[in-house]
Amino acid sequence: MSEQDAPTYEGLEKGQVVATREVEFTRDTLVRYAGASGDFNPIHYNDAFAESVGLPGVIAHGMLTMGTAASVVEEWAGPGNVVDFQCRFARPIPVPNPGSAVVTCTATVGALMDEARMARVDVAVELGGQKVLMKAQALVRCA
Amino acid sequence: MPVNSDAQGRSYGPHEPYEVSRAKIREFADAVDARSFAHRDVDAAAAEGYSDLVAPTTFAVVIAQRAEFHVVQDPEVGVDFSKVVHADERFTHHRPIVAGDEIATTIHIDKIVSRGGVSTVTTRAELEDLDGGPVATVISTLAVREDA
Repeated sequence: MSEQDAPTYEGLEKGQVVATREVEFTRDTLVRYAGASGDFNPIHYNDAFAESVGLPGVIAHGMLTMGTAASVVEEWAGPGNVVDFQCRFARPIPVPNPGSAVVTCTATVGALMDEARMARVDVAVELGGQKVLMKAQALVRCA
Repeated sequence: MPVNSDAQGRSYGPHEPYEVSRAKIREFADAVDARSFAHRDVDAAAAEGYSDLVAPTTFAVVIAQRAEFHVVQDPEVGVDFSKVVHADERFTHHRPIVAGDEIATTIHIDKIVSRGGVSTVTTRAELEDLDGGPVATVISTLAVREDA
């Protein structure tokens, strides 16, 4: 971990919002993530294919959404200080072309672990007021 | 066809180690909008206490998904990839991943459950450095529809 950049444990409070971000996903974002991650499932870039497997069209990679949510936490926690991160994928994010899907991320302190000096940070990730990730929880090691 | 529940308990690998490059860390950081300079600049990473560029939180998926491919491709497991939805994911980091790491991954099928026309397959990727030291554990569940 990076002691230099870790948040100070003292003073953190349950319910405290530590980071927020509005994220805009476009087809460009999806193609960039496909290349960076190596996940070339065509449901993330090919409308005809996505429709053939019963989707409304191209959807974002669940792992792009999760990775972006992690980046929101990390901006507060400092790089390398998110030691655990989990989520359930509740609903897909359709990404139109042309256009974009705008997702909001709100990271809140959900629990504090005094002995380990760790904070559980819960991330609400929403599209049009509906949660796209469930139980998105990060464990952050604090200084 | 439901997924073959007899495959529960199987393991694959480790295969050829994955070499973590600065270029891949930068590319991944851009893709998930991870903004720290410690993902991009060696001096910035050093200032944070890292020996080289440090990977974003979910970077381990690049390595884990390569390993998971062995499960999806195994005809005896029977996952139809066109009917797969990602159900959940968890990363547990035993230490940060930095550029220059060589990581060997073993993938385990921990659980297969078939119920109500859906099979869920839970895999666990154990990422280790070449000395056998634990780097990260990545747990992933895929839901596979059984309909024709």
